[in-house]
Amino acid sequence: MSADILTVTDLKKYFVIGQSGLLKREPITVKAVDGVSFAVREGETFGLVGESGSGKSTVAYTVVGMYRPTAGTITFRGQNPFANKTRPLALKKEIQIVYQDPGSSLNPRRSIKEIIELPLRIHRPDENRIEQVVRLLEMVELPPDYMYKYPRMLGGGEKQMVAIARALATNPSFVILDEPTSALDVSIQGKIINLLIRLQKEFHLSYLFITHDLSLMRNVASRVAIMYLGKICEVAETAEFFRNPYHPYTQMLLSSIPVVSEEEEKLKPQKIISTGEIPSPVNIPSGCSFHLRCPARMDICSRVDPVMIEVEKGHTVRCHLYARASESIPPSEQ
Amino acid sequence: MAEQAAIRHELAANLTVQQIKQLERRSRRESLGRAWYKFSRNPLSIVGVATVALVVLLAIFAPWVTPYPKHAGAFTDFAHAKIPPSLEHPFGTDQIGRDVLTRIIFGLRSSLLMGVVVLALVVPPGVLLGLLAGYYQGTWIDTVIMRVTDIFLSVPPLILALAVASVLKPNLWNGMMAVSLMWWPWYTRLVYGLGVALRNEYFVSAAEVTGASTAHIIFREILPNTISPILTKMSLDVAWVIIIGSMLSFVGLGVQPPEPSLGTMVADGSRYLPDQWWIAVFPALAIVVVVLGFNLLGDGVRDMFAAEEI
Repeated sequence: MSADILTVTDLKKYFVIGQSGLLKREPITVKAVDGVSFAVREGETFGLVGESGSGKSTVAYTVVGMYRPTAGTITFRGQNPFANKTRPLALKKEIQIVYQDPGSSLNPRRSIKEIIELPLRIHRPDENRIEQVVRLLEMVELPPDYMYKYPRMLGGGEKQMVAIARALATNPSFVILDEPTSALDVSIQGKIINLLIRLQKEFHLSYLFITHDLSLMRNVASRVAIMYLGKICEVAETAEFFRNPYHPYTQMLLSSIPVVSEEEEKLKPQKIISTGEIPSPVNIPSGCSFHLRCPARMDICSRVDPVMIEVEKGHTVRCHLYARASESIPPSEQ
Repeated sequence: MAEQAAIRHELAANLTVQQIKQLERRSRRESLGRAWYKFSRNPLSIVGVATVALVVLLAIFAPWVTPYPKHAGAFTDFAHAKIPPSLEHPFGTDQIGRDVLTRIIFGLRSSLLMGVVVLALVVPPGVLLGLLAGYYQGTWIDTVIMRVTDIFLSVPPLILALAVASVLKPNLWNGMMAVSLMWWPWYTRLVYGLGVALRNEYFVSAAEVTGASTAHIIFREILPNTISPILTKMSLDVAWVIIIGSMLSFVGLGVQPPEPSLGTMVADGSRYLPDQWWIAVFPALAIVVVVLGFNLLGDGVRDMFAAEEI
């Protein structure tokens, strides 16, 4: 097992969206990320899965430095990227991101060459830029004459390849993939995924893969974490995760993956009808935030927020069903 | 051996660079062609371009294309005053015997000069302030810039222009200053709105996250995306500035006689309506044609950019 490249401990990110009351003003906050801890190992693909609104993109944007955390720590190879007011260039070079929609992550008024050149200009000023741009385009399987094209002349998949080339231009060791395929046609998704896997092997990259597509994670991720309303419910090695899901929410998600064949059907846990929708992160339910939708709801669930428990080695889950009484229930509740 | 390999490598790189330069030229030609196609799809845009081109050429070559260049200045010939349109004087002569056509063509000069100078004075600072306020949205920079802009916008434009022109010496240059003073906030507003939206685009985040400077983000990432609305507004604004310039000279606060200006000519000629109608009507028609030309051109520019966004 290799060392951790990125450690996130009790990360919180709240956004103030307004104020309540006319006289006694109290800020209304959205708890987009509310106490998330995980670690990504060198060279692995860590899948962070959740419905929209679960806060998974906020985690990504905080790690890459678009937001400052409200609380909690992030450590990248022993360094805290938020130690200073601005993140040192050396860290910006190491941590790069590929956004969901290449239509808005590539400036429509800049040529592909200018787009890929920017990180080269900043981080590798001494190298021959044209050569590097050609090399990067080759790396993502695009012909060199795309240099003088503009994003609108490219297809969605090609645009995403340019975005990947831009992320790799700094020679990063850690790349955040924020739903890199969900804005693309199905026919192109596979191509992008294969490209990402090949590049990972070639350059020994570590990926934090944000997605809502669980079945994609089965093939791509080495470990999977499920997020619900700003908190992680369950983390496990991919094989274990799909074989033996513990959290009722995970079971619900897995049983709602559409399948075609009988064989695949057998792989799934028993059918759990998913009910309700993810509540607004402004009004997070009391206790366990999932209790309103949970088929295995107990009395305690609406009162006490469960803590993370390691059920098996490397498999943690945050649910009262698996609590050993002494660990998760505070004395006052007993 | 290694040296040879290096040379070969360099050659290969140079070749690619040359080929790529060619590709760049070709793609630029192609996009120009596409832009012209989109612009020219509307025949009215062509009418606009033709009108503007004609007006500009006439203004530049006024001394050579006008039948009586001397009539542009302080010239009097009372023997030939108030002659109705004829072959010698297609638009007639005015109250002191000057050829109206000649004076109209010379009058275009000050109108166009006004349009060009005012926009040249107004657009750079207006756009810069809008970019800064938009990028620093929510900070004190935004507040200061946008509140000052609001103050300028709350002064009725023509009244401010009249005040400035009457306090200072009334002439073309002071008229331009006055109009410029009230015009820049429109560009600040326009660019501010665009900038606020663009600042939250993912391509700006991508540049920030990789370590680009603020100057790079403002001028290389945000500014290029505001160019088409700015150009569209500029081509429509030329017409407005020309109208305001004519209004100023109509009330005697713009171009001073004997310098010909369309506004002054309409003002002077209006005293001889309706009997010697040509003295006022032809300069007024000239204003209409120039303004219409610029408006049609502006619409064409807008169409061109609107289609390009898709």
